[in-house]
Amino acid sequence: MANTTIPSQPGVDLVPGADPTAQLLAVRNLHVEFRTTAGVAHAVNGVDLTLDAGETLAVLGESGCGKSVTAQAIMGILDTPPGYITQGEVRYRGVDLLKLNEDDRRRVRGRQIAMIFQDALSALNPVFSVGFQLAEQFRVHAGLSRAEAKKRAIEQLDLVKIPAAKQRINDYPHQFSGGMRQRVMIAMALSLNPDILIADEPTTALDVTVQAQIMRLLAELQAERNMGLILITHDMGVVADVADRISVMYAGRVVEEAPVHDIYASPSHPYTKALLESIPRLDRKGQELSVIRGLPPSLTNIPAGCAFHPRCRYVQDVCRTDPTPPEYQVDQGRHSRCHFWKEVLGRA
Amino acid sequence: MPEVVLETRNLVKHFPITRGIVFQSKVGAVHAVDGVNLTLHKGETLGVVGESGCGKSTLAKLLVGLERPTSGQIIVNGVDTSTLTGEQMRRSRRDIQMVLQDPYTSLNPRMTVGDIIGEPFEVHPDVVPKAERRARVREMLDLVGLNPDHINRYPHQFSGGQRQRIGIARAIALKPKIIVCDEPVSALDVSIQAQVINLLEQLQSEFGLSYIFIAHDLSVVRHIADRVAVMYLGKVVEFGGDTEIYDRPTHPYTQALLSAVPVPDPTLRGHRDQIVLEGDVPSPADPPSGCRFRTRCWKAQEICATEEPALVERPTSDHPSACHFAALRDVVHSVE
Repeated sequence: MANTTIPSQPGVDLVPGADPTAQLLAVRNLHVEFRTTAGVAHAVNGVDLTLDAGETLAVLGESGCGKSVTAQAIMGILDTPPGYITQGEVRYRGVDLLKLNEDDRRRVRGRQIAMIFQDALSALNPVFSVGFQLAEQFRVHAGLSRAEAKKRAIEQLDLVKIPAAKQRINDYPHQFSGGMRQRVMIAMALSLNPDILIADEPTTALDVTVQAQIMRLLAELQAERNMGLILITHDMGVVADVADRISVMYAGRVVEEAPVHDIYASPSHPYTKALLESIPRLDRKGQELSVIRGLPPSLTNIPAGCAFHPRCRYVQDVCRTDPTPPEYQVDQGRHSRCHFWKEVLGRA
Repeated sequence: MPEVVLETRNLVKHFPITRGIVFQSKVGAVHAVDGVNLTLHKGETLGVVGESGCGKSTLAKLLVGLERPTSGQIIVNGVDTSTLTGEQMRRSRRDIQMVLQDPYTSLNPRMTVGDIIGEPFEVHPDVVPKAERRARVREMLDLVGLNPDHINRYPHQFSGGQRQRIGIARAIALKPKIIVCDEPVSALDVSIQAQVINLLEQLQSEFGLSYIFIAHDLSVVRHIADRVAVMYLGKVVEFGGDTEIYDRPTHPYTQALLSAVPVPDPTLRGHRDQIVLEGDVPSPADPPSGCRFRTRCWKAQEICATEEPALVERPTSDHPSACHFAALRDVVHSVE
């Protein structure tokens, strides 16, 4: 792709003070709360995440665990009010994005860190053609002319394998099928060559055959660009297919973090273990599924101690009182926030 | 083989596409369900799988009488429902109830749980005398694992999984023989899905219920179903027992569908036989001639465009498969 205005290897120089040798993304002790009339909801309570170039990190959790809010905070698109980042840092190549002013932040958004969303139909603007929406960022971020921007938009649609891109560029989002719309979003997210892509449940609304197409496309594009990918999902199957590392979230905390093979072979947190045992599998005709009793906690009233303790089968008195379990190091690159991780692993 | 409780014969539902407002003329039809033959036995679970737009939800609506078929028959307990009068039809509906997909929109937010579960008794007043209805509703709540003291609460006071339990309680209130479950767990979180699936299984063994279980999640269907029908564009393309479909699929569409399902085991990454289909499902308003899957099929030849393959057992398939070139391909590798 001939390219004069946008560096093919995205320029860290665009972020003042960025150090190209520093870690691509490091989120430390992130806290987000939502101040509502019904009380303060503690959506994210001290999340740590790291991401290297070319790596796929899966953030796994159920609805309300704070995985999407974490993504929004990294991306800087949290609705404020009611959402507030109360503590923590989001370092991109060493620069804390939370300390940037809004103008600098806007330059980063889309350029260095891009995001795709679950529901492409509501994420795209229904009253503009997809070509206009794609071209818009070339004009705004790269200052290209209309004609030039349109040409680039067509290239982008080709890149995500939308047939007859030249004609389809003038179509509106509703004229595309679900899978094609998701491709448009991917094209849009990747058009400025970001080095971090956050995909928030990118295939949840799609059929399995289309899901397979989209995941394959994402993997190809990621490998081509050596991009860091954060995949937010609740689907343990998708994760097993693509992730390098997994962070499992529960009630706004990362309760377990591990390389993908370890987590499936021997989970070290009771929640992960219970999740794995409760999903029906295609390659197994099951007995009765084991059940996680109870419900995920309300974020306005998170249980003291370990937030999972009311549903946990390993629970003891120490779990019921504050402070929350610290990050126990299980192995190199493996952490668990469970006092009894040895029992869960079967090492005790 | 236990008795057949539900049967469909060449069931067809076409939705007309019209033009004009006052003088409407029919310009075409969406072939939602196009000649479906199914049988459901007592105490059995029949899974229906397929992608969105394949007609599985229309099939569900036809079975419970929410839509009238364009042609074909639905036989419930040996009686063709199209021959029934209004009053007889109403009685027949007691035997076949439905659990809907979205527990957030399928419960009236202005009715209490007691009223929601008790409503079937008002529609069918002779089932339970008025004085006993309240007690019966409490019994139902207890049966589905909810606290009977919450009878006066409203749906918004419950979580998604609990709401789905309310939907199930409403469906079993009239002691039906058949329950049509249309995507009953797809709106729920993973940790809650297992609770609801186990509840459905437990109710089935307790009351000898027969389920039509419609879902797009093939893993869930494998877990719960005894037999499985795979639908594509309004037609059943493959039909068989659970192991026949999952371990010995012979229709290319079934194989592609199964191979696309991610398996939660990273050691299988790159070792699975993954078939990635190109393109999208064609429009049901204008389905391809011959075999409807031929536009996306890697085996398609001339005969596929001219002659529609029948859903029959073939020399290369031990169960009905609607493909001229049906051949076994092991895509799942079941483990014990």
